[in-house]
Amino acid sequence: MSAPALETRGLARRFGGLVATDEVSLRLEEGARHALIGPNGAGKTTLVNLLTGTLRPSAGQVLLEGVDVTGLASHARVRRGLARTFQINQLFANLTPAESLCLAVGERLGYGRRFLPAAGRDPEVVSEVEDLIARFSLGDVMDLKTRTLAYGKQRLLEIALALACRPRVLLLDEPAAGVPEDERADILAALAALPADVTIMLIEHDMDLVFSFARRISVLVAGRVLMEGEPKEVAADPRVREVYLGEGKDA
Amino acid sequence: MLTILFDGVAYGMLLFVLACGLSVTLGLMNFVNLAHGAFAMAGGYAASALMTRYGVPFLVTLPAAFALSAALGVVLERTLYRRLYRASHLDQVLFTIGLVFMAMPIANYFLGDQPQPVRVPAFLSGRYEFLGIGVGVYRLFIIAVCGAIAGGLQAFLIGTRFGAQLRAAVDDQRVASGLGIDVDRLFAITFALGCGLAGLGGALAADVVGGVDPSFPIKFMVSFLIVVAIGGSNGILGALLGALLLGVLDVAGKYYVPSIGAFIIYAVMVVTLIIRPQGLFSRGGGR
Amino acid sequence: MPAGAVAAHLNRKARWRPAEIVFWLAIPALIFALPSRALLINEILLAGLFALSLDLVLGYAGIVSLGQAAFFGVGAYGAGILANAGIGEPILGLVIASLIAGVLGLVTAPLLLRGSDLTRLMVTLGISLLLGEVANANPWATGGTDGLSIAVKPVLGLFPIDFNGQRNAALYSLVVLFILFALARRLVQSPFGLSVHALKENRLRSGALGISAAARFVTIYAIAATYAGAAGALVAQTTGLVSLDVFDFHRSADVLLMLIIGGVGYLYGGLIGAAFFIALRDGVSSATPEYWEFWIGLPLVVLVLVGRERIGAFFARAVATGGASLIPGAPP
Repeated sequence: MSAPALETRGLARRFGGLVATDEVSLRLEEGARHALIGPNGAGKTTLVNLLTGTLRPSAGQVLLEGVDVTGLASHARVRRGLARTFQINQLFANLTPAESLCLAVGERLGYGRRFLPAAGRDPEVVSEVEDLIARFSLGDVMDLKTRTLAYGKQRLLEIALALACRPRVLLLDEPAAGVPEDERADILAALAALPADVTIMLIEHDMDLVFSFARRISVLVAGRVLMEGEPKEVAADPRVREVYLGEGKDA
Repeated sequence: MLTILFDGVAYGMLLFVLACGLSVTLGLMNFVNLAHGAFAMAGGYAASALMTRYGVPFLVTLPAAFALSAALGVVLERTLYRRLYRASHLDQVLFTIGLVFMAMPIANYFLGDQPQPVRVPAFLSGRYEFLGIGVGVYRLFIIAVCGAIAGGLQAFLIGTRFGAQLRAAVDDQRVASGLGIDVDRLFAITFALGCGLAGLGGALAADVVGGVDPSFPIKFMVSFLIVVAIGGSNGILGALLGALLLGVLDVAGKYYVPSIGAFIIYAVMVVTLIIRPQGLFSRGGGR
Repeated sequence: MPAGAVAAHLNRKARWRPAEIVFWLAIPALIFALPSRALLINEILLAGLFALSLDLVLGYAGIVSLGQAAFFGVGAYGAGILANAGIGEPILGLVIASLIAGVLGLVTAPLLLRGSDLTRLMVTLGISLLLGEVANANPWATGGTDGLSIAVKPVLGLFPIDFNGQRNAALYSLVVLFILFALARRLVQSPFGLSVHALKENRLRSGALGISAAARFVTIYAIAATYAGAAGALVAQTTGLVSLDVFDFHRSADVLLMLIIGGVGYLYGGLIGAAFFIALRDGVSSATPEYWEFWIGLPLVVLVLVGRERIGAFFARAVATGGASLIPGAPP
């Protein structure tokens, strides 16, 4: 059996006396569509930060396609095929979407060390950028500064940037958060169109999105995995219902 | 050798009084004030002018220098500095460099470019031999006064309500203001205090460095910054230890290896910042 | 989205704009038209090169440095010592001295990776002052407080650049400046340059795209150090004298002001700012030789209080009617 695309073993993170992540062990097979849900403050983003290397764990390991990457810096993990989107957009405010994507693609192809040729001269880079722009409906804004874009478009760019890295494993941190109703459809379509061989972990509060997208769901509460299973099981589990009572969300 | 230690401690105490205001300003307001030396210069000039033109006794010029520099600090803080609290460090650096570029010619214009002396009165001059240490009376005076100030500051910080508020605000400004602490007023008073101390230090230092002249702010700016860099910007103790370390190293270095000049100081600073970017004596991480 | 639109957009800054071509042709024209001012023009060109090096550090890598003079001084003394040691051909001396400065930059860059703005300020300042002390303590090599006089041979054996050849000196400086500028221009538009810009814009996201901040940063800092060293070497070669003030805080502060005046982050700012600053300085100091610094400090204070971006935007708009878009990568 080949190694899981993404695995954690006993991953833990403490901040002084506070246990933010408590012995989390996950296995995601290649091509998984996995969702991570939980109430606010459950430690979902902390877990993502541990997976990407932005945070160092207090204990445990992170394995990417069978390789222990616990000691690797975040940018090194990206080079091994792990990409993420941020809950709050992390974009290049004064670059245009085309430039941002050009940067991402170029970096992936190893052009970051090239000093002399202009960034946009390589036809391979350009065609990939064009492709991403088309897939994410950014054609009409591709040459405007990112900070002038509507929030929904920025969110799409956020996902496009992560995809420009051609990741093997993609972590999506609340991709639909804060996106106005009329722009949501684009996001949902983009998510549905993600390549089948990319392993995806989705963190979301929007239960409609979670249940339509995910094939397996983990429920995180107070840093620990409460349960994991198929959407039907999770929806029916009384402990999950209890955790979400008073949250006002439909489960 | 103990004499050198003694002289070094005296110089260090002086640097402490001069630089502690800068340390607190940086730690509290995260404001890089390269013009701090200008306030020291103002105090030095005040003391000198009061003594030579109005015959004011030396001991009286010291609090006068403090008061004048503090007042100057209040005026500048209310009118100019406070607009830049949220500005980038680059802007703060540029602004304060600009102030220095203005302060030096102003001093030159009104007071000339010759060093102005602050003559130490007779009862504070002279040296005595004490247990094999050459004790300069003035240096002893400096250690005593600065030590008292250091002790007083520490007591003030720990013992008074204002001090507690100050410590809270240095720790976390937003939380402090959320607790109802008037951070604005805190800044103003603290800044004035720091400037006043600088002025006092300038008056005290004048005799040791050969008089007050217009290049004072630049000459000593580096020393102040080194004290703050080495000592960290978290409080009085760090600034004191940093200043003492610097003072002893500087005096010892110049005595044992005169050709090396200030090399040792700069080298120590660079090495310190490489190993511990937040300073030798600070508690927490860098800002 | 029409075909080729993306490529056109990405490459829009690559071609030299008419205004740039005019700019670079005007300078030699000026040198030939005003031969008596060759010395001044040379000074401006070299200050501009120095400011360009700081632009790479400040405008692109985002470091507030008060110690760029360290590399300037190393380049100057390096060229001087080389010339006096028998390597009289200026171009060779220039290359070697610049590379030495570049190596110094390479070595000191890792020191700047950790720590806050203030720490970096102090380390950069500390290093330049340190070098000043070293230079002072070794008068056998540096001439100490008397300074170092140098005599270089004619460039390529043909063009003397000593006090008899001031026009040649200015042209020599101009050629070097132009070559280095053109290289820098390509650099900032390259994938590498884009990544450095991105690191300054959003470090977190850059890391999430696989960009290693440390390596990029060290590289651009070393390149900037080489440029500063070149400026210092040229000053030594064309003026024939190097003194200890090359390491002074004043040097680092002045070049920072020049860059700020001209505008950070679009490469021409250093050159424009150098011209303004030196013209201002010469004009003011002939009016008030003792207090000229005041008239530099006052506008600076006002500039910062009013807001650099606002003034920059004001000029940008004013020039826009004359074609601000002609300047590649001009600030928004």
